Amino acid sequence: MSSLRAVTLSVNGVECKVEVEPRKTLADTLREDCGLTGTHLGCEHGVCGACTILIDGSPVRSCLLFAVQCEGVAIETVEGLASDGQLHPLQQAFWDHHGLQCGFCTPGFLMLAKGALAENPDLTGDALREVLSSNLCRCTGYQNIVTAVEDAAARMRS
Amino acid sequence: MSLVGASIRRLEDPDLLTGRKRFIADLAAGCDAVAFVRSPVAAARIVGMERPNGASVFTANDLSGVGSIEPILYRPDYFRARQPLLALDRVNYLGEPIAAVIAPTRREAEDVADAVFVDLELVEPVVHSSGALTDHSPIVHQGAESNVVVSGVIDTGNVDVVSVSAVEQVELDLTCHRQSASPIETRGAVARYDMEAAKVTLYASTQMPHVLRTAICDLLNMQEADLRVVAPAVGGAFGQKMCLPAEYAVIVWLSRHLRRSLAWIEDRRENFTSSFHSRDHRYWIRGSFDGDARLVALEGDLVANVGAYSCYPVTWGVEPLMAMAELPGPYDFQSYRVRARGVSTNTCPMSPYRGVSRPVLTLAMERMMDIAAERFGLDPVEIRRRNLITQFPYRSTTGIVYDEGSYVASLEKAAEVVDFDSFRRRQAEARDDGRFLGIGFSVFSERTGYGTPAFAPRNMAVTPGYETVEMAMDPSGGVEVRIGASPHGQGLVTTLSQVVADELGLPLKSIRIVHGDTDRSPYGWGTFASRSMVISGGATKLAAGRLRDAIAAVAGDILEAAPEDIRLAEGRAVVRGTDRGVEISELARHAYHHTPKLASDREPGLRANASYDPAGTFSNACHVAIVEVDIETGGVRLDRFVVVEDAGLLINPVIVDGQIAGGVVQGIANALYEEVVYDEAGNILTTTLFDYLPPTASEIPPIEIHHLETITDASVTGAKGLGEGGTIGAPAAVINAVSDALRPLGVQVMEMPATPDRIRRLIREAIKETA
Amino acid sequence: MKPAAFDYFAPESLTEALTLLRDVEGAKVLAGGQSLVPAMNFRLTRPGALVDINRVPGLDSITIDGDEAQIGALTRHRAFEQPVVPGPLGRLMVDMAHHVGHLPIRVRGTFGGSLAHADPAAEWCLLARTLDATMIVRGADQERRIPASEFFSTMFTTALEDDELLTEVRLPLVGDGHLVGFSEFSRRVGDFALVMIAVVVEVRDGTVTEARIGAGGVSDIPLRLSSAEAALQGGTWDSALWAGAGEAGRAEVEPFEDIHGSTEYRRDLVGALIQRACRQATG
Repeated sequence: MSSLRAVTLSVNGVECKVEVEPRKTLADTLREDCGLTGTHLGCEHGVCGACTILIDGSPVRSCLLFAVQCEGVAIETVEGLASDGQLHPLQQAFWDHHGLQCGFCTPGFLMLAKGALAENPDLTGDALREVLSSNLCRCTGYQNIVTAVEDAAARMRS
Repeated sequence: MSLVGASIRRLEDPDLLTGRKRFIADLAAGCDAVAFVRSPVAAARIVGMERPNGASVFTANDLSGVGSIEPILYRPDYFRARQPLLALDRVNYLGEPIAAVIAPTRREAEDVADAVFVDLELVEPVVHSSGALTDHSPIVHQGAESNVVVSGVIDTGNVDVVSVSAVEQVELDLTCHRQSASPIETRGAVARYDMEAAKVTLYASTQMPHVLRTAICDLLNMQEADLRVVAPAVGGAFGQKMCLPAEYAVIVWLSRHLRRSLAWIEDRRENFTSSFHSRDHRYWIRGSFDGDARLVALEGDLVANVGAYSCYPVTWGVEPLMAMAELPGPYDFQSYRVRARGVSTNTCPMSPYRGVSRPVLTLAMERMMDIAAERFGLDPVEIRRRNLITQFPYRSTTGIVYDEGSYVASLEKAAEVVDFDSFRRRQAEARDDGRFLGIGFSVFSERTGYGTPAFAPRNMAVTPGYETVEMAMDPSGGVEVRIGASPHGQGLVTTLSQVVADELGLPLKSIRIVHGDTDRSPYGWGTFASRSMVISGGATKLAAGRLRDAIAAVAGDILEAAPEDIRLAEGRAVVRGTDRGVEISELARHAYHHTPKLASDREPGLRANASYDPAGTFSNACHVAIVEVDIETGGVRLDRFVVVEDAGLLINPVIVDGQIAGGVVQGIANALYEEVVYDEAGNILTTTLFDYLPPTASEIPPIEIHHLETITDASVTGAKGLGEGGTIGAPAAVINAVSDALRPLGVQVMEMPATPDRIRRLIREAIKETA
Repeated sequence: MKPAAFDYFAPESLTEALTLLRDVEGAKVLAGGQSLVPAMNFRLTRPGALVDINRVPGLDSITIDGDEAQIGALTRHRAFEQPVVPGPLGRLMVDMAHHVGHLPIRVRGTFGGSLAHADPAAEWCLLARTLDATMIVRGADQERRIPASEFFSTMFTTALEDDELLTEVRLPLVGDGHLVGFSEFSRRVGDFALVMIAVVVEVRDGTVTEARIGAGGVSDIPLRLSSAEAALQGGTWDSALWAGAGEAGRAEVEPFEDIHGSTEYRRDLVGALIQRACRQATG
């Protein structure tokens, strides 16, 4: 077994010092070493998107990154979305529009949407669906997720 | 103000939206990890095994005193296969667990599993049902006379007589390939060993915690009190988590044997190779129609590939026997001769998946109706109108009794919503431009809320069906509702709270629903088969009524009024027609702390239980798909999808629509995208989400949903089940629409998923024939 | 689905990276990791060591030099969603970039990584082959220039030696007078295409004077379809000509088959997509 490496991660603005094998993915590290289990694993090959988080503001698959690669970048996970007990507009809109059922894919969709809206606050319609096609949801049929993101985008613009 | 009927936001959501909610993998901290060594081939004898020195590896030989999974159906034509928890001397499908490995982390457990060498002597596998039925096929199970492991016939005895007078016969061969329910969360089990109590708590991603406990205790020869099963948040299931997985029992055995806490979190590859598959049906049917285009007789031969082992508790009879019993669907005819067979193969075991056989049998009936319509020169609406059931209760040709529904009304409403006539004009114009649009209808019934009266005719050793609810108001005035159902995304915490709140006149925040924990909830069957709102909801309403009576009795004592004059509303108990009242929370104090003030025969406390065990109730719906087929690529684009659903009273319309939309998308997936593929050697070729294709937001149109509400007395809440309807109706609507689009080419689609490759092949062959 | 153990190196200079690739047994380059890491998670590949080049400076620039675009191998797919390269090539790359996986994949995945991975259905491999790109390949002791026609060996295999790093790709710019078109068919949005076609043509006074047609997802490596190109050459640029090219393309390919598409089906797609790419090139 290869030796452990000390890595300092910045997660939701908080330093998280971990010692990990190089082969430990960022997703596993967030879940097991940082205690942030809101990032879920659904496929571990980059397709389902349940593990989507933000790195320096852009959405990435945390199952396809190793923790040793992630020193010095800003990591954001679902746990960082709400502040002072206030839901983020995306969380609020998913709640209002029934954009989740079992909720397993939800953190990945929230982070994907946050990253995409940061780049294009006006994302809507087919272009939005194309972005959301990055992630799989098995319960909702997607429409309520699309509606929720459009509504959140409107709230965030105003 | 009534909460039932209101689209309130779900109580479940805040924890899910913030990442606080715990799913199975979130409970593995501090446990050693388990990985399974699995068969790399479909069929082989196990000759030997070499394990790395010092590794913690357990095989069937280590599992002393452990039984095998042997689900029972009391039918003469049922073969009782025995499934060892770990393969003993033979493997019967690729992915079958052979050994369990324990290591501090999953990474290291996989390292060890990789280093275990299993010496296998290959034997000829049986993979597809067509091959399994041939005379020269190997037989999967020793002791079985053939690969037919369950079969049945329903014959009304009058088919030959009736069909003589038929003016048209429509005959078709249909194939529905194999699917995986593919919840985004895979399966998983965490066994925590409590040294002090010598008791294991099994956290498991499951739809049926109580039944799982019974099954594991039977296998491991344990008393149920020594095992607690808890279903944490479950990340989708759709049937894949309603049967007993061998792995869960192994984890419990290891935890007890080693007195350690262990976690097995299935990965996606395991989920594809080893977690229950579904569908894989081939049907032949022939319908006889009289001169008025009325279906008068139906014959069929239905074959379901049921995989390597029978699933507990519903058995491998569930797919073929349900297909046989429910094939008639919403159509009125009384002459029927159908044989159904379940065929065992060297493929992954099967479990019911949302809709079970009904997506396929609906496809068969609805394809037949469309083809018959063409023969008679009728449109698809008219032929269905002539054949749908209209009198209720209706007794089907297979003996099933349908409560009142709105079959014709849903069809007509759907035709109106999509403006069928103007679509036909648009379609004709598009064809002039070389574009191929099509419309497909699908009318179906969804039998829901199966209680034991519905399951009993199957003669299962385990007959599911009732639900029990225990309810208590505590001294603070809060109500705890303990249920046997085990929701995992259906929003049942919210909808049951709505029911209780209305019955007791309390705000939602006073109500707690407790589920998914065998030590905290009454014995129940869990959540599957569109049953929870009907059965658990019914029991909840009954229990809440009894609790209301108990509260009213205490109120009567305190307010010196007759209990029947007490009304509960807005947190207060008031005497009707007066302004005399008292806070319900104060009554709770009285019931516990001031019993001397109450009538002398009053039992202390406030609690009520109820069970509910209905015969079932039928939802119905009409789905309409409008598609465009790209005849050069075989690609299908869905332009529109309309649902007119009748699920009785809607407790929470937004949740209802969510269930329908999600179900429809799984049905669209069945029709166009998803297929588990085995090669002839029994190797599975779809072990990634690059190859097994759940559709994304870009493939799916908005689902337009309309409601009819036929109120039934077959359900005490007035609600009918609806969890599966979307999945049942959508495949036929889509496949009919694709066939309608390709009608100018003479193409009839009889296979699903209708992949672009398959559609192109049909078009190529059609063009070749005309040329 | 956890990867096998490996050693990890994160060099901060090109020299250091190349030295590691030369000296460390079983070392493999980690760039975006969007194909490598899935394969590692499935344990389909088990490199003994990874040399992570993400901290090596200077590998992610896009420079226009004369009539070629010099693209640093570490440039993320995402960069090409905007027209960062002038002229028709920039437009073509924008179109193709939107077909490279999904947003989170494009954020991490790299241009050079895609070429070095050599998936036969990868957009950038098709582009490189269609335009005769030149690969700049560095070893610790030497630099090589490999034309695209020699770079792709077979499925997932290139002319790169184990100790070499693809550092840059030189793409010839496409003149303003040229038409560019791209068409692909995939089962779902974002999936690898079953077949993809890129067309670059020069049309003067309605007549085709130069034609390049590339096909991906058809063979073990991206192909130039010489018969289809010949069918266009000298012809009048119209739908009849495109149909002829489609027919020629259909006839000249012998596609592989997999669970998503038979040989015959892929052949159909080649015929249809050639015509679509031509139509799209016309705008």
